[in-house]
Amino acid sequence: MTVGRVLLSTLLVVTAAVVQVTVVNRLPLPGAGPDLVLLVVIALAIVVGPTAGASIGFAAGLLVDLLPPTATEFGRWALVFCVIGYLAGQIQIDARRSALIVLGAVAGLAALSSLLFAGVGLLFGDPRVSGELVVSTTLSSVLYDLLLAPFVIPGVMALARRTALNPAAL
Amino acid sequence: MRDTRRTRIVLAVLLLTAFTFITLDARGGEGSLLDRVRESASSVFGPIERAAAAVVNPVSDFIDGITSINSTSDTIDALEAENDELRRQLLTAPLDQARLDELDRLLRVSSLGDYEIVPARVIAVSAENGYARTVTVDAGNRDGVKRDQTVLNGDGLVGRVIAAGPGTATILLLTDPEFGVGSRLAASSETGFLQGNGRDQLGLELYNPQAVVEEGNVVLTLGSPNGRPFVPGVPIGEVTNVIATPGGLSRLAEVEPFAQLTSLDLVGVVIEPPRRNPRDALVPPTTGASPSPSTSPSP
Repeated sequence: MTVGRVLLSTLLVVTAAVVQVTVVNRLPLPGAGPDLVLLVVIALAIVVGPTAGASIGFAAGLLVDLLPPTATEFGRWALVFCVIGYLAGQIQIDARRSALIVLGAVAGLAALSSLLFAGVGLLFGDPRVSGELVVSTTLSSVLYDLLLAPFVIPGVMALARRTALNPAAL
Repeated sequence: MRDTRRTRIVLAVLLLTAFTFITLDARGGEGSLLDRVRESASSVFGPIERAAAAVVNPVSDFIDGITSINSTSDTIDALEAENDELRRQLLTAPLDQARLDELDRLLRVSSLGDYEIVPARVIAVSAENGYARTVTVDAGNRDGVKRDQTVLNGDGLVGRVIAAGPGTATILLLTDPEFGVGSRLAASSETGFLQGNGRDQLGLELYNPQAVVEEGNVVLTLGSPNGRPFVPGVPIGEVTNVIATPGGLSRLAEVEPFAQLTSLDLVGVVIEPPRRNPRDALVPPTTGASPSPSTSPSP
């Protein structure tokens, strides 16, 4: 990771997280809305690869865990986005060939992030997580994330590539 | 696959760290190290969210206006009349007037109940995919807001404060599954416990299995010792469905909250409980089914 990329990632993730709580979550959408931070993490990880992707995901998750009005355990989103960043980093080569692969990845990773988050909650006895809610939340998040992905991911990827002064330095 | 040994080690370390954090946080009580971390985070991000909300609020007001029309579509006649009225208001002083009305109702509630409140505006809302239902408001320690205080708006109970930073506070909404409040039926002495469940309706459990409860009954807060976390007499909602539990040890009912939690804007944090219990003084007069109490609070 170059210094430029670290700065860019920080800026993008913080912006996404703040816009998420102040704008996206206030929209009266039926079901769970799109997850901007998830999309930004996926886009960055596709460009920077699995190692840096996992780190970016971890840091972004910690930010989401801390950003008010948080009520979940510290580290829960960090765990989820760390896995997402790692997995998204694996698909980087294919992504240059096809936008469909990216969309498929977004769908899969969105579902995985929702299920992982609920799974960790079950493991630690979160009374808020129930089967029926998990299903509806997962389905609606996947849908919204797919809808928003074409507007977020190409832009973030292009920005991240532009800051790649030294692509070998990961 | 561009996996190396190093990648796997990094991933393992990060996952282990996250897991340790979660475990520490799940086990640590109030005032733990992570609590302090969260508090300092809110002093950093609170101002950022306030600034963002200042830009965003006019837009969300507009969207709220559209959806509140949608939700009342079942009463077309009333809607049409209301629509004309609304259109006229929109032309003159749209947002200021609505906000003034909201503040007006909030002040009416606080003066009727003798609550000392701090008004605050919602600046951030939790994501639904996190399952928790919380909001951030732009009032904090500096304004006298502390953990475990009652939050209400002009319609009724909204929730309670679960964390307070210097200029912002986090509120647990009453629809959150971790939310519970001791409650009382208006115009009777039946008490019970009301819980959120992640949906729009709340679950009410009355301790007396013979309790007389019917649709339209108004539920109020019972009140906690010293008024924290809950002050007495705040209207919560209306019973919409009584669940038959023959032979049960308690009575179960579903309650629809008065406050519209999906489009919250102005709320009031009760920083000083009333000196005397307002009893039924705050029961909204428009709900037909409840026996209307004399709304003049005795001096």
